[in-house]
Amino acid sequence: MEKNKNHCEELITSISEYVDGSINPQLCLELEKHLSECDNCRVVVNTLKKTIDIYRQQSAREKMPSDVKNRLLARLHLEDYRE
Amino acid sequence: MVELQAEPLNLEALQNGDPNEQTRLVELYSDCIYRLALKMLANTHDAEDVLQETFIKALKALPNFEGRSSLSTWLYRIAINESLMLLRKRKLEVAIQEDDFVDGENEDSIEAYQLLDWCCLPEDVFMTNETRAELDRQIQKLPENLRTVFILRDIEALSIKETAETLELSETNVKTRLFRARLKLREELSTYFAEFIEENTNGKK
Ligand SMILES: [Zn+2]
Repeated sequence: MEKNKNHCEELITSISEYVDGSINPQLCLELEKHLSECDNCRVVVNTLKKTIDIYRQQSAREKMPSDVKNRLLARLHLEDYRE
Repeated sequence: MVELQAEPLNLEALQNGDPNEQTRLVELYSDCIYRLALKMLANTHDAEDVLQETFIKALKALPNFEGRSSLSTWLYRIAINESLMLLRKRKLEVAIQEDDFVDGENEDSIEAYQLLDWCCLPEDVFMTNETRAELDRQIQKLPENLRTVFILRDIEALSIKETAETLELSETNVKTRLFRARLKLREELSTYFAEFIEENTNGKK
């Protein structure tokens, strides 16, 4: 058991690169093998991915209010150049 | 990062102060810069200040822009610096010294404790105002050096290389900080969703 826990900690440092797809191939194989056997690490990977996803989704729907842009253009003396 | 549309910006015209081209620059990047500032500062008034200062400085400095980094990376860098300056000023005002995170410190604390799988919650749970407020709150709780990396890489979707360029850090450094930021946010959100699930299953038992 103790040995397995160490293995988890060792591999967890790679999950960030794993979700980015930039992990080196050999480590990737090792990690995926571990994930198929270890529920805990699988949950960490899934929820880490989801964390990134929901932040992206949230900000994709955030738009700058148009009065903020109008004031910016005015401040830059560009208000007459909008298309 | 913004995908450049059909017509890329004309750098020469920009550097010569062509107002039409300057307006295009604003149209292309103001949304990203505003969003970045809002995530950094969590305050619409301050975010607008940073937005304006960023473009004022950028337009002034453009004639000296050498194109060693991309225009967007360069703009992000100005905006980050403006945001950090504002944060420092704020800190002085409230006289709070936050314990800034140092790379390599607490090496042992890389551990995931929350093992609840909340991925399968219905999608609309992730879109409620309450969840959105929680997401913002947790970003604010990150130390500045983790927050900047997370915002650029995961929210603005810059590459590791571009993030490193913007912050003038090594790529390894960016990856380490990114990992810490992500793990920390994951922990906090797991706690949040665990409470959510508990609240919503009580009484049904
Ligand atoms: Zn494991």
